[in-house]
Amino acid sequence: MSTEKKSTETKSPKILVFSTDKISDPGIDQAGLRKIHYSPSVYVINLPCSSGVKPRWILHALENGFDGVFIAADGHECSYSAKCPEHTNTIVETSQELMKQKNINTKRVRMAALCSVCAEPFANHMENFSKILAGIED
Amino acid sequence: MKERIGVYICHCGGNISDYVDVEELGKMFHKEENVVIAKDVMFACADSNQKDMVRDIQENKLDAIVVCSCSPKLHLHTFRGVAARAGLNPSNYVQVNIREQCSWPHSDHPREATVKAAGLIRAGINRVSFSESLEDIQLTVKKSVLVLGAGVAGMKAAIDLAKSGNEVFLVEKDYFVGGRIAQKDSLFTTGQSGKQIVALLYEEIKKHSNITVFTGTTIEKVSGSLGNFGIDLKVKPRYINGKADKQAVKRAMEECPVSVSDDFNFGLTQRKAIYKNYPEALPDVPVVDAELLKDQPDFVAKFASTLNLNEQEETISLIVGSVLVTTGYDNYQPKEGEFGYKTIDNVVTLPELNRMMELNPEKLVHNGKQINSVAFIYCVGNRQKKGDNKYCSRQCCTSTIHTSLQLKERYKDIQMYHVYRDIRTYGKQEILYAKSSKQGDLYLKYEEKEMPVVEKDGKATVVKVKDYLTAKKEMEIEADLVVLVTGMVAREDSTHISELFKIPIGRDKFFNEIHPKLKPVETVIKGVYIGGTCQGPKNVSESVQSSLAGASKITALLKSGTVAVDPIIARVDREACTWCGKCADVCDYGALKVIEVDGKKVAQVNDAVCTGCGICAPICPENAIEIAQYTDNGIESMIDGFLADVQIKEKEANAGEEQEEVKVGMKEYPQIWKEILAGMTDEKNSIPQIAENSKLNREVVTYHLMTMNRYGVVVPAGMDDKEMYFYYKRK
Repeated sequence: MSTEKKSTETKSPKILVFSTDKISDPGIDQAGLRKIHYSPSVYVINLPCSSGVKPRWILHALENGFDGVFIAADGHECSYSAKCPEHTNTIVETSQELMKQKNINTKRVRMAALCSVCAEPFANHMENFSKILAGIED
Repeated sequence: MKERIGVYICHCGGNISDYVDVEELGKMFHKEENVVIAKDVMFACADSNQKDMVRDIQENKLDAIVVCSCSPKLHLHTFRGVAARAGLNPSNYVQVNIREQCSWPHSDHPREATVKAAGLIRAGINRVSFSESLEDIQLTVKKSVLVLGAGVAGMKAAIDLAKSGNEVFLVEKDYFVGGRIAQKDSLFTTGQSGKQIVALLYEEIKKHSNITVFTGTTIEKVSGSLGNFGIDLKVKPRYINGKADKQAVKRAMEECPVSVSDDFNFGLTQRKAIYKNYPEALPDVPVVDAELLKDQPDFVAKFASTLNLNEQEETISLIVGSVLVTTGYDNYQPKEGEFGYKTIDNVVTLPELNRMMELNPEKLVHNGKQINSVAFIYCVGNRQKKGDNKYCSRQCCTSTIHTSLQLKERYKDIQMYHVYRDIRTYGKQEILYAKSSKQGDLYLKYEEKEMPVVEKDGKATVVKVKDYLTAKKEMEIEADLVVLVTGMVAREDSTHISELFKIPIGRDKFFNEIHPKLKPVETVIKGVYIGGTCQGPKNVSESVQSSLAGASKITALLKSGTVAVDPIIARVDREACTWCGKCADVCDYGALKVIEVDGKKVAQVNDAVCTGCGICAPICPENAIEIAQYTDNGIESMIDGFLADVQIKEKEANAGEEQEEVKVGMKEYPQIWKEILAGMTDEKNSIPQIAENSKLNREVVTYHLMTMNRYGVVVPAGMDDKEMYFYYKRK
C-alpha cells in the first residue's frame, strides 16, 4: 500500500492556476497561512482579473508539460465587470476549441469562482482536479 | 532582456527555511545565466537587508531584482521602494511568493516544496528578464467634486470636502435635502430626530461659499475621466416665483385646492399640490406639482405673481476632478399579501410605523383604532435563502428595538412582541436589546423554513409562529398592529447611476468597492468613490464614516493638482490591430476608442480611464492588445520556468530526531535582535525584564527570542517560578 501511495504522490499532476490579485489569490494565500495542504505540483500566476487570461497561455502550458489549467475566477465578486463570469467562460470555451484542434482532452482546463477567503474550497478544487487529471488517458 | 539580475531568497526566520532548502536554492540560482547576485537572507524585509540591497543594486549595476519571500500583498511596495531608492525603476522588480504559496501549504512535503520553490523562483527570474521600465502616468486634476445625493452621508462629506478647500457641487434628486434620515423622528443612540440633524448640516453647508446645492436635479450625462469629469445636470423647476413674498407662498400652500397621497409619509396622509416634505424641510421653498394644477385656472390666476408655471428645466454643465456617490437606499417594499401586507389593513412596515409615530405624538392610532399591542416580524425581504436579497440589512434589528422602546416611552400602556430570526444589535446597541427585555417585550424566534403567518381571525389579526425558544411550540399573537421589519435594498435608479459612471454593481445590486478592507470606498473607476448606503446596508454613523472616508480620499487625491496613475494598463500594437471593435465592446469603461493613424483605423487606449483589468486582451482576434507587465513573453516564460528541470541536492541525511541548529551566515543581525540583545545582561534574563530594558512589546520579544534560539543567538535558561516565561541567556 505504502509504495503505491508513494508512486501516485510523485506523479501528482502538474496544475497551473490563474488567480486574481484582489480575490482568489488572497484566498490561495490563506490556504497557506492556515497550513491547509494541497499538492506541491500546483503553480499559481496571479493576474488583475480572470477575464484577462489568454487562451494561448493555457495552450502554452498544456503543450509544454502542465497536465491541467485551473482558472480561479472572480465570479460575481469581480470589481471590474459584472459580466466577468461570462467573459471568463468565453475564454474557457475558446481554449477548449483550440484544445480540440490539438487533440488535447478538454477536461484539462477547468474554472471555478473562488473568493478571497476560500482557502478550503481551493484545496478541495485542487484535490478534485488532480483526481480528474490522473484519470485522463489522452 | 535583463542581464544583471539580483535574486534574494528569504528564510523569513524559519517560516520558509524550515521547509524549503533556501541555502541550496541560493547556491543554485547563483549559477544561473544573467543572475549576478543570488543570496539567501534571514529577513529580506529587515532594514539591514534593504540597505544591502540598495548597495548591491548600485555597486553591481543590477538592472532587475527578484525577491522570493512572502505574498506580494505584504511587501510588494516595500521592495518597489528599495528599487526606487537605489535608482532602479520599480517595474523591474518581481516578488515571488514562496511562503503563503509554497513553504506553508507544503510544509508536509519539504522536498517537493523546495522543488516547487525552485520553479517559482525561475519563473520570477524569467518574468523579470522581460520587465520594462514603466513610469506613472501624470494627470492634471481639477479641485472640484460632485457629491451625488444630499442625504446625511452626502451632506456631511460635502462640508468636509469644502473645508479642505475643494469646490463642491452637492446634487440631490429630491426637491429637499436630507434623504431617508428626515423620515425618522428619533435616532438611536442619541435620540436626536433626523430633521434636527438635517437642519444642522444644512446650516453648516450654507456657511460654505464653495458648496453649491442643486435640488430637484438629476445627472443626464457623464463624460471624461479622473481629474476632468464632464457632468451634465438637469435642474427641474420648482414653479415658485423666486421674488414672491414668503407670506403669499404660505397662503398659496394653505389655499391650494388639490391634494394627493403623500409619498413622504408612505401614503398615510395627503399633501397639497404645493408642498414641502415636512414643514421645516430645506431648502425653505415649497415645490409645485404643476401637473396637478392644470385644471385649477382660478387658483393659478389668484396666485399669478407667486407661482411661475412657465419656468423651464435648466441644463447645467460642470467639470469636476472627482465624484463621491452617496445615493443611499430604498426600503424593501413587501409584495401584496406578503405577511398580509396590503391585504390585511393593520399590517404596516417599520418605516411606515416610524412616520405614524411622528404624526401621532399623543395616542398611536391606526385606521381610527388605538394601538395597544404591536407584533414585529423581522427580516422581511432580507436574508432570503431562495430570494434575491440574501444579505442582512444589519441596522433593522436595532432600529426595531429602538422603535419598541420609543413606543413604550410615548404611549405607556402598550405591549410589544418581537418575532425574530436572530437579534443583531452589535456593539453598544446591545444595551437597547437589554432595555427592551426589561420593559417586558416578548421575543419569539422563528426559522426561515417555518415562516410566521399573519391571518385574520374574525376581527382580530393573529400572527402564528413556531417559536424555537419553546421547542417549536406554535404560538398565536393577537396584535393591534403587525409591523414588517423591512430591510434596505439598492435604489431603483442605481442601475442608471451605475451605467452613467460605470460603477460595478454586486449581486446584491448595491455598488461595489474595490476591496472591502483595503480599498473600502474606492471603485475601479479612477476618481469615483462611494459612501453611505449606496454601497450596502449601514446605520447612520457607519454611513457618515464611509462618506467621510471617501471625502478624505478625494481631498488627498486632488490636493496637488496632479495625480499619478498606475502605468499597468492596456496598450495596442497598431501594426497588428485591424479595428474590429471587439475590445471596445467588452470594455465596461469605454477606455478603447477607434482613431485613424496614417489612414488606418486602430484602437486607442485612454490612459486615464483604463483600469488594466485585461478583459480586452483575450478577446482580440489579432492578439494586438496586451497589459503592461502581463505580456505574452512574461507569462509564457513564467510557465516555462515552472516546468524547467530542477536538480536539488539531497540534504545531508542526518535529519535526526532533535531539531538541529540552523547555521546561517548573517552579516548582521536584524535591528530588533540587536535591541533585544542590548536589553540582556550577561546573566539569565526574564522576558518581562528584557522587554522593559529594550523598550519593546513583550509578545514581540517572546516571538523573536524563539527565533533567535533557533539560530543559536540565545539559549533558554530555565523558567521563572510561576512557569510563565523562559529565562534566556546570550550565547
